[in-house]
Amino acid sequence: MSDTQAVEAPAKTTITVVVDGVSIEANPGELVINAAKRAGVEIPHFCYHPRMEPVGMCRMCLVDIDTGRGPALQPSCMIPVAPGMVVGTTSDTVTKAQDGMLEFLLINHPLDCPVCDKGGECPLQDQTVAYGPGESRMVEEKRHFEKPIPISDLVFLDRERCILCDRCTRFASDVAGDALIQFTERGNNTQVMTFPDESFASYFSGNVVQICPVGALTAKPYRFKARPWDLEQTESTCTTCSVGCRITVQSSRDELLRYQGVDSDPVNWGWLCDKGRFGFESVNSTNRFTQPLLKGEVTSWSQALDAAAGAIKAAIDRDGPKSVAMIGGANGTNEDAYAWAKLAKTIMGTGNVDAQLGDGLSADALLGLPRATIDEACAAGVLLVISPDIKEELPVLFIRLRDAVMNRGLKIVEVTPKATGLSSLAAVSVQHRPGEGAEAVRAILGQATTGQISVLPDVIAKAAGLLGGAVNVAIVGRTNLAEPVSASAEAISAVIAASGDTKFLAVTRRGNTLGALEMGLTPGVLSGHRVGGPEGLDTNGILQAASEGKISVLVLLGADPLSDFADSDLARRGLAGVGTVIAIDTLPNDSNALAHVVLPASGFAEKSGTTTNLEGRVSTLAQKVTSPGTARADWMIATELAWRLGGDLGIESTADVWTEVANASAYFAGCSTAAFGAPGAADGVLLPMPVTSVSLGTIASADESEATEAGGESAGSTQMLVTFATTTTVHRPAPQDAFSLRLIVGRELYDDGVALHNSASMSHLNRGGVMQLGSHDFDQLGIRPGERVRATSSRTSLVVEVKRNDAVPRGSVYMAFNQPNVSAADLIDATSATIDIRLETIS
Amino acid sequence: MSRLTADNEKIAHEIIGRYPRKRSAMIPLLHLAQEQDGYVANDAMAQIAELVGSTPAEVLGTCSFYEMFKREPVGKYLINVCTNISCQLMGGEELLHHVEHRLGIHHGATTADGMFTIEDVECIAACTEAPCLQVNYRYFHKITNDEVDTLIDEIRAGKRTDDIPPHGTLAKVRQHVPAGHWAGRGGEGLPVIPGQAN
Amino acid sequence: MTDTAAPIAKGPAPKIVSSRFDLVDGHTLQGYVRTGGYTALRKALTMSPEEVTAEVKTANLLGRGGAGFPAGVKWGFCPPGVFPRYLVINGDESEPGTYKDRLLVERDPHQLIEGVLIAAYAIGAAQAFIYIRGEMAHAQERVAAALNEAYAAGFAGHRVCGSDFSVDVVLHWGAGAYIVGEETALIESLEGNRGMPRLKPPYFPAVKGLYMQPTIVNNVETMANLPWIVLNGGAKFAELGNGKSTGTRLFALSGHVNKPGVYEVELGVTTFRDLFEKPEYGNGIRDGHKLKAFIPGGASAPWLYEEHQDLPLCKPTIDQAGSMLGSGAIVVMDETTDMVKAALRLVRFFARESCGKCTPCREGTTWLERILDRILAGNGRPEDVRLLMDVSDNISIGLAWPPRQTTICPLGQSATTPIASAVMRFPDEFAKYVGGSVELKVKPRGSAFVGPLTVTSEPANV
Ligand SMILES: Cc1cc2nc3c(=O)[nH]c(=O)nc-3n(C[C@H](O)[C@H](O)[C@H](O)COP(=O)(O)O)c2cc1C
Ligand code: SF4
Ligand code: FES
Repeated sequence: MSDTQAVEAPAKTTITVVVDGVSIEANPGELVINAAKRAGVEIPHFCYHPRMEPVGMCRMCLVDIDTGRGPALQPSCMIPVAPGMVVGTTSDTVTKAQDGMLEFLLINHPLDCPVCDKGGECPLQDQTVAYGPGESRMVEEKRHFEKPIPISDLVFLDRERCILCDRCTRFASDVAGDALIQFTERGNNTQVMTFPDESFASYFSGNVVQICPVGALTAKPYRFKARPWDLEQTESTCTTCSVGCRITVQSSRDELLRYQGVDSDPVNWGWLCDKGRFGFESVNSTNRFTQPLLKGEVTSWSQALDAAAGAIKAAIDRDGPKSVAMIGGANGTNEDAYAWAKLAKTIMGTGNVDAQLGDGLSADALLGLPRATIDEACAAGVLLVISPDIKEELPVLFIRLRDAVMNRGLKIVEVTPKATGLSSLAAVSVQHRPGEGAEAVRAILGQATTGQISVLPDVIAKAAGLLGGAVNVAIVGRTNLAEPVSASAEAISAVIAASGDTKFLAVTRRGNTLGALEMGLTPGVLSGHRVGGPEGLDTNGILQAASEGKISVLVLLGADPLSDFADSDLARRGLAGVGTVIAIDTLPNDSNALAHVVLPASGFAEKSGTTTNLEGRVSTLAQKVTSPGTARADWMIATELAWRLGGDLGIESTADVWTEVANASAYFAGCSTAAFGAPGAADGVLLPMPVTSVSLGTIASADESEATEAGGESAGSTQMLVTFATTTTVHRPAPQDAFSLRLIVGRELYDDGVALHNSASMSHLNRGGVMQLGSHDFDQLGIRPGERVRATSSRTSLVVEVKRNDAVPRGSVYMAFNQPNVSAADLIDATSATIDIRLETIS
Repeated sequence: MSRLTADNEKIAHEIIGRYPRKRSAMIPLLHLAQEQDGYVANDAMAQIAELVGSTPAEVLGTCSFYEMFKREPVGKYLINVCTNISCQLMGGEELLHHVEHRLGIHHGATTADGMFTIEDVECIAACTEAPCLQVNYRYFHKITNDEVDTLIDEIRAGKRTDDIPPHGTLAKVRQHVPAGHWAGRGGEGLPVIPGQAN
Repeated sequence: MTDTAAPIAKGPAPKIVSSRFDLVDGHTLQGYVRTGGYTALRKALTMSPEEVTAEVKTANLLGRGGAGFPAGVKWGFCPPGVFPRYLVINGDESEPGTYKDRLLVERDPHQLIEGVLIAAYAIGAAQAFIYIRGEMAHAQERVAAALNEAYAAGFAGHRVCGSDFSVDVVLHWGAGAYIVGEETALIESLEGNRGMPRLKPPYFPAVKGLYMQPTIVNNVETMANLPWIVLNGGAKFAELGNGKSTGTRLFALSGHVNKPGVYEVELGVTTFRDLFEKPEYGNGIRDGHKLKAFIPGGASAPWLYEEHQDLPLCKPTIDQAGSMLGSGAIVVMDETTDMVKAALRLVRFFARESCGKCTPCREGTTWLERILDRILAGNGRPEDVRLLMDVSDNISIGLAWPPRQTTICPLGQSATTPIASAVMRFPDEFAKYVGGSVELKVKPRGSAFVGPLTVTSEPANV
């Protein structure tokens, strides 16, 4: 040991401590409990959780710590290592303390392990079996509380089982920022509680169930469903949104029963949002399509495929390939996306394909902007956020940003039409009227602005001061669904104009939007960001063309334009104008109800493959259960349809997809199913892999030799990569009259989409279609909160309840997208830069 | 009632203004609410949460930790009899029994007319003056059974309103700093907590 | 029967903190200034903060709150250059047997405020908080009134006495929780939270205290000594006492003595026997009874017995005897006392006052209370006494003194001291209740616990 010291002495950055007689190297600041763990010494603990500030209150992790004044009992979860520290975990004192602690924890703990959800995976049970006391020495009655009480729509609390470790309460306050559960009372009466009539309505409530070290907190969707020892599990990636949290998928008897968060350091740190965590309910839904349908009647696969192929062939023969279009594909796997993109572009010959529904960013932005990782965004120092409400759309990204702000000194400058979940964390929240977003960005970056905007000058000045004219990392996305995508492009262009080296984290909601685009599910782009393939229309254009009778066959890949497109009128006219709708889907929705042919698709955890998150990180999806009925993976459906159309996709497995794309493009160089499944790839693989020199958004064409090396179908020619088309156009918002409110539409976590609609536990959690405006405008308009009023836009007029929400700036009105009863999309005209609404009382 | 009256809200703001961080005013504001209503109502907790920038659950967590805060109405006169060691040695338990007997209720209970609640309390820092009790936190040192009877009679007869204000009233004198005298350096240089008004 | 004055010492030592207790108007600014008040503050402002601290160090003023840590040394722990700093005055006085801070606050609030201003100046505090126990309505009124006077007269707030030094002093009041007297819990409470202690380290208040800033927490009586020390010099203060414990101190003498009261006596030279027997103090054990045991420093302190009566009121001496002077609370129990009952009452206190943070304290103290309850109710089993000691041993490993606690703060372990004291010294009383002999596995390690008990059927866990 002494000579290692001699060798390392000058450069040494670690601290030597002795744990149970063995010298180990620990990192400065590392807690004793973690250092010991790395050295193979597992110290029992309950309250400590590696992703939360330690509180040292269960006292289970007491060990002897000697810093020169003799061994003293100290909680190893609270004490950082120090040079020369000697830690003992096996002395009589330590054993006595730990045995005593277990006895104390058990005297009031019910002996109901056999019926407890946690039984079999319970740290308290494990400790007790290993070291615990035998018969209880307490002859008195145990503490009594009313048996499980619901503390939210999703979570139950059994206070008798609770060991008061402060994990759930710390999570709620410190991690989620929803301090809705607290310790109440004190001493022996201490209990976790909510405020009366204010439930633990956190988007993250399920995490407390996962981190509870006993069975005190249980999740409604899982309670009494299974015993832990019956569960089989496999790791996968959540595709509910584009964060791509790592999860374990657990099932029993071929039924999905539970997802648990996995601690992936660059991504989710073990946390999940409730929508993702409980998403298995919709996979298990009895409403699932299990057989192909032809005009609503169950049929065989061959008849259904024949009908689909027949319609497509007829359309191509009659009206040319451009009469066929395809919308969707952003909820599936990369492999699905590639198969369908290839089918459309090579066999059908159409470029009318779009994975997005006009609600994200343009393909050139998503594919062409230089990318940042979540870690880079968190470490940006000052982060510019021009995006929809991240807490609503990408909840776990919100958790990461919240941590960065609270604990890592991140400062956020937010540009938004209304206050968001981030606003209270932001150093500055620049809140503007709809239509003024790009102008606000130009203003805070010190660029020339054209006109007056509604933001207060001191807010602009504060933001400008923080940014200092440059942007290190920006999170960008659609801030308002009632504004066209060009508004976002303009704002992004302003950021690029300020500093050429900005990295972007582009947020889209659907799980695999980026992956689908990278696989070519967008017009004029081939797999691997290459410019090429047939030109075509995006979803907006497809629906427009359809409404004009120019689309004969529309393929819906898990898409529902009727409820998911931000201009209902156009969507309705579009679908009405289509000759044949073919839907590949898992669950019924408004749009596929109109389909001539429905082909049942495998759902989440019913197929393997990969997904790409918003950072461009590819991670694996695992199959855990079998698909219901005869449903199959989307990519297989594509290959079968290809045959019937007289072609061959040349794909027989998901691995084939990667071989093909890796050969075809420099961007995918090095990719293979094996690479994604490698042990080192547990946190996913960021693309492009280091083997290639492609850099996004900086060059229009990769250098020729490299493209040739990459070989593949386009070998020999230069690979033109998609770049972001900066715009210099400056839109001025149309003047707003004094009687109108300008519409803001945003997505909320709980909407009326199919996944939630088919989840027994979550279907009722949405807030419904109400119109929200600030106090001032209520006074101005002479209406009262709770009243039902008539709302009129250029599109339509509808009756809607109004609610007070001071997150909405003066002169604007907010509605959540895709909510039951009243649809915001009815009011939107996708061709309009801004939507003005008039509200009138109904007498 | 139960949200703070406009006058009390003004006092609340003055109190909040004395702390570098608003949340520090939580306990004084809970006292203010209790002074107004005789107990701390849920609505008051919700309002205090708004005033100090926390959630109602956090206010409940704090409120329920402290013995003096009652979340249900109690008697107008709270009789706290100390039975801790020094008083126990000098007849504190007997004194408690006498009070219980006299009012016909056990400690922890309130008389039917809502006048008295009895509590068996821990040391009230009058140990050399045992046995002793407090009525609405006003001390009665070395008190005899007869004196207890007289005291209760007088309270019932409304003769002690001067020295014993109704339950909830703590100090009758409030701190008030005249303009120009406040130094206001307490918050200088404190890091700002995002999402929380300091 | 009203709020009468407690008898005050008339001994030879000067009255440092209680000199105005007998004045009718000692609590007013007028009465205070008439008797020399606020001259120390003026003097301090002519000194440098370091000089003031040096005087307090020379005085060797030990904290009067319980732990007895030298105040001047503690002030020096604030990391240099880190501001703002805060001063928090602990007036939560709730330790059973303790009654002195309330008197100081009610009778001489300006003396406290002057001490606070001096300390704030010495440590460079931007703001001071006087945290008064919630149940002390009158004390709060007195401090509020005195602060209003002090602000109006320019002693507090913006430009103290016209100097460059500005500091705000704020009255804060608690709401009923003994644990809040513990300094880190006090800080939590002052932040608007549940009064649950923080672990030290890392949360030593002087380093990471109120709002995670350097914070000095001092007891009311500690502050009350400061004007005298500044006026007369630290050396003069240190002349009083025996060098190890200096100055005078207020002791609340309660329980079975003929003349209970709060007495200011010189430390180090006065003995317990003086306090119990001298006519100006306790004037003898009640009704000619014999002394059975006494608690020398509040409910948390191990009990002492007749053989300890001649020990001087000196911190190191009492520490060595296996107990502590703690909060200056001496509770005398004569031969008529039922020790099982007394132990239960003390244990019940700790069980009711546990904050609930640490497992052993939350679960263990209540368990102890329930066992004792059962024993007193006549349902005890012979093995219960051993169980009492075993459970105590699990809260405070080895029942040692000084204790080896398994908890964050000493409260949990405090519940075990009355049990260890009573069981070791008076096993027969337990035996009588449980109807069998008392056998123990654990033998406490602390000189105060040594009792006549020798019967152990199993080897002691020593
Ligand atoms: C459970 C517990 C209760 C305490 N209660 C008080 C108290 O009421 N008043 C007090 O001044 N110190 C109390 N203390 C001691 C304080 O933690 C702290 O040491 C003291 O206020 C420091 O002031 P000093 O150095 O001036 O004595 C208590 C300590 C513990 C562990
Ligand atoms: S020992 Fe008891 S009172 Fe002290 S912190 Fe722990 S639980 Fe709270
Ligand atoms: S894990 Fe360290 S005290 Fe709970």
